[in-house]
Amino acid sequence: MTRVRELSDRELQSRLARGLDLRTGPFLFHIRSEEHLVFRGLRALYGDFPLGDEPVRDFHVRIRRPATVRRWFRPQIVFEHDRHTPFMPLSAAHAFASLEWGMNWCIASYAHHFLTLHAAVLERNGRAVLLPGEPGAGKSTLTAALSLSGWRLLTDETALVDLDSGLVWPLARPVNLKNDSIDIIQAFSREAVFGDRVFDTHKGTVAHLKPRAETVARMDEPCPVGWVVFPRWAGGEPARLTPRSRADTFVFAAENSFNYSVLGEAGFRALEGLIRGADCYDFRYGKLEDALSTFARLAG
Amino acid sequence: MNAAFQRLLAVLRQPDALARVDAAGWDGLLRHSRSAGLLSRLALDARDAGLWEALPDRVRRHMRGACFVADRQINAIRWEVHKLHEALGHHGMPIVLLKGAAYVMGDLPPARGRLFGDVDLLLPRDRLDEAERLLHLYGWHGAGLDDYDQRYYREWMHEIPPMTHFSRGSTLDVHHNILPRTARLKPRAETLLAGIEPIPGYTNLYRLGDADLVLHAATHLFHEGEWGHGLRDLVDLDALLRHFMARPGFLAELGRRAAELDLRQPLAYALGCVRTTLGTPLGDPALVAELEAPAHALVRVALGHGFASAHPDMASPGAAAALLFLYVRSHWLKMPPHLLVPHLLHKALAAGEVEKA
Repeated sequence: MTRVRELSDRELQSRLARGLDLRTGPFLFHIRSEEHLVFRGLRALYGDFPLGDEPVRDFHVRIRRPATVRRWFRPQIVFEHDRHTPFMPLSAAHAFASLEWGMNWCIASYAHHFLTLHAAVLERNGRAVLLPGEPGAGKSTLTAALSLSGWRLLTDETALVDLDSGLVWPLARPVNLKNDSIDIIQAFSREAVFGDRVFDTHKGTVAHLKPRAETVARMDEPCPVGWVVFPRWAGGEPARLTPRSRADTFVFAAENSFNYSVLGEAGFRALEGLIRGADCYDFRYGKLEDALSTFARLAG
Repeated sequence: MNAAFQRLLAVLRQPDALARVDAAGWDGLLRHSRSAGLLSRLALDARDAGLWEALPDRVRRHMRGACFVADRQINAIRWEVHKLHEALGHHGMPIVLLKGAAYVMGDLPPARGRLFGDVDLLLPRDRLDEAERLLHLYGWHGAGLDDYDQRYYREWMHEIPPMTHFSRGSTLDVHHNILPRTARLKPRAETLLAGIEPIPGYTNLYRLGDADLVLHAATHLFHEGEWGHGLRDLVDLDALLRHFMARPGFLAELGRRAAELDLRQPLAYALGCVRTTLGTPLGDPALVAELEAPAHALVRVALGHGFASAHPDMASPGAAAALLFLYVRSHWLKMPPHLLVPHLLHKALAAGEVEKA
């Protein structure tokens, strides 16, 4: 099995130009791009990922210049999935970020053999914590910090719940951080490795945190969910974990699923099994260090 | 013919051919069939042919997902029809379901593994005002169209402007005929309404008669200007014909009905295309030849490009010209030039204004 880091710069570039098969958890992406920023992003963040060696790929994606004057003049790029462009062109400076968002879009739009939830997932001692995302609640910052503090990252944005076993499968992809969170995590750990910072996206400044080698090495190990925790950063407050009703947690998770309504009964059963087996909490915290010790106690 | 398109047609014609697709072939077939809206249909074919377990893992996973989507859409159509029946049927308004909704509620083969868009209805023209009022009461409202578009629909088209339900977001097309009032062919809505079939278990809920279902699918497809769903629509026709052809004399009935409804030409193209593209067995060759006679060979070639346009990988040389021809032809068939030219001019100028704003 070849890993991305084993390719020379030139090999990686020429593979990308023809199409690079990259495996992330259960998915095999065929990625094509001649954009230098896409090459840089993969070099910086995906070194530990294996290349695919199967003929059938899940998603064929491409970052390319539009066939207009914007090829050269204030250059733009478009994201393409299987010869189809679902989004408007963006500045060429956003090439790598567009690839990341486009890959998320593929999973949310087509991976209906999983129940997909908008949540981060990390594992410790064989049990996973699921962090559903309320925008602005500080989920990504907490996810990044946990992933640098002994928790194994499964995913920062899209949880893949197995419809048959109820286990959560890893994606192991980089964590997308925004604005102040980037500096907070950079200051938090010397081990934090980031890709290029991208300015003026619709999310502000973004940067991706490289997943740790162990995360990628174990990306074929699914995990049962032990806890569902709704984090909320609240400046100046002490860390406080309060139980939350399972029914309420179910409704929130269903509403924040990408495909709960598509899956019908299979989705209901998968989510019901997951919530029944998990302790559910609301969590407010003011300091990252306090949050980490609370989570360490939770994991025992 | 392009190899990718040929492979898709081969498995649609003969599900056993799924066993002969190698892994490299599946990488294309998975995408091409999904793009044509036919992945869930192939999934059911693979299951029925006992080939499910033999499929590559990744293919099976995507097929499983596609089946969830198809099941969900069939449920959604049933629910939507139920709500429409509440709004109209309970108030004594007869509803004739068209296309997808008719296949689902009439328990007809094209519903199997099919993806659905809007619900389409046919109502008697003299009861449209009443129907629109009732639909408003039950939460459907018209799209925010300008005066020109309102007039376009109400004076020239065979439907009122599309309606959307305020809470479910579902779209509804209410028709009073199957072709625009300005079209060259003039099927009479009264003739269609005289042949409708009740949907079992409901009052005031109907579908078109068997032959009329085929003729409507043919008419819809061969007046089409945008070809994204062309192959899916042809697959519908194939499934309808295979189902009804089991009845002796159906082809002759189809011919008679086409003559009554001024739809001989769409029928000619429909039969020619399903026969050559999907191998649909049609029986009596002399009768088939007679019914196919009104079709022009060149148009048939262009239609072939139309079916292949579901995915760019399936295109053959000449596709762009053929699609442009089909686009112009569809407008030509639907509007006489003295209306069409000002209409296209208005649309072009209006688009210019939006860009400036």
